[in-house]
Amino acid sequence: MAGFNKVVDSYEAAMAGLQDNMTVIAGGFGLCGIPEGLIAQIKKMNTKGLTVVSNNCGVDGFGLGLLLEEKQIKKMVSSYVGENALFEQQLLNGELEVELTPQGTLAEKMRAGGAGIPAFYTATGFGTPVGEGKESRKFNGRDYILEESITGDFAIVKAYKADRYGNCIYRHTAQNFNPMAATAGKITVLEVEEIVEPGELSPSEIHTPGIYVDRIIVGKFEKRIERKILSSASNNQ
Amino acid sequence: MSLSREQIAMRVAQEFGDGHYINLGIGIPTLAANYVADDIEVMLQSENGLLGMGPYPTEEQVDADMINAGKETVTAATGASIFNSAESFAMIRGGHVDLTVLGAFEVDCHGNIASWMIPGKLIKGMGGAMDLVAGAQNIIVTMTHADKHGNSKLLEQCTLPLTGVNCINKIITDLAVIEVKDGAFHLVERAPGVSIDEIKSKTAGKLVVTDNVPEMMF
Repeated sequence: MAGFNKVVDSYEAAMAGLQDNMTVIAGGFGLCGIPEGLIAQIKKMNTKGLTVVSNNCGVDGFGLGLLLEEKQIKKMVSSYVGENALFEQQLLNGELEVELTPQGTLAEKMRAGGAGIPAFYTATGFGTPVGEGKESRKFNGRDYILEESITGDFAIVKAYKADRYGNCIYRHTAQNFNPMAATAGKITVLEVEEIVEPGELSPSEIHTPGIYVDRIIVGKFEKRIERKILSSASNNQ
Repeated sequence: MSLSREQIAMRVAQEFGDGHYINLGIGIPTLAANYVADDIEVMLQSENGLLGMGPYPTEEQVDADMINAGKETVTAATGASIFNSAESFAMIRGGHVDLTVLGAFEVDCHGNIASWMIPGKLIKGMGGAMDLVAGAQNIIVTMTHADKHGNSKLLEQCTLPLTGVNCINKIITDLAVIEVKDGAFHLVERAPGVSIDEIKSKTAGKLVVTDNVPEMMF
């Protein structure tokens, strides 16, 4: 009996059940707070036809950019893409579909999806290409569009520390989309820097309660930095 | 003389009020953080989930888990808080951010802004710009008055796909400070040494000019 021990000991076990044409929600902002090992495992499994929901799509050769190499992604739902040449090439060739979604709307789509709310109204995107074809409605004299929420077959999440129950915390701005992603997966997999003993994390400091989490694996992270900028007081490289 | 990027940023910083929460877009808006007046306290919001953005780090302070919305390494200021993306956009969408400053390709005299998409060119996405223009209490655009071919960016009607409608209050360009209200641009300040005629000739949308238009003060 595993009880509430959600810790798995291999990436194979962490991503077991992932199949072609599934939807995967991934936490991360740029390369910050991304589940590096889980992405590498999806690459290894060579699962095809994936819809990936994530703010960005990594860079060439790192992060979600890895999944472009064997054309595993069919559709990307993101707010900002194109930091990678391969992405651009597959987009122009028609091999990849992109649904550009405003960043706050994307976060709210995940949050709402995880919270059982099928759609919500937002002023974001009204009167722009994002609002085209969507239901709109006036509240208190202001126009809003109806946006549908998102859930995924899998959610892959990077956390800092977790206990075996799946209670976890994030570190600094590596939090970003991870807590919303964690709520929105049918199967939510945490990749963490460290597993701690139950009770070590105070109940009141938990960012994501374990109820949202199905599997946990301890990863090794490269934590690549996209734009290292130093203060002018120190020597810029 | 038209203003340099740094001078536009200096003029933008004059819009910062004491106790304001401010979101600065990439480019000239970000430069404005260098010119905050000594006698006020402001808090910078970075939409990836940081309220109270500090300066860039020293080599020793660099932390891959600490970045801003431009994906640059950054530090947290005293009084900062860090949160998730839904929370970040709740404070933006909910109107809690006092001031947003961002760049644009075009603004029109109805307060519409186009800043994210040029048809025929690769579209990278809107990031958080649509949420910011839909949510902030006060939105200022910084841009050059005309493009490099001399075409006005202040139009009667935007020609590019929009980022937001009826949301821009003020434009600070290399030539002028312009308020947007009642379906027209209103010239409120001009760059030192720039003539009203030059501003008129480079403003395609309806421009209201009063008798005395002061020069910007630095």
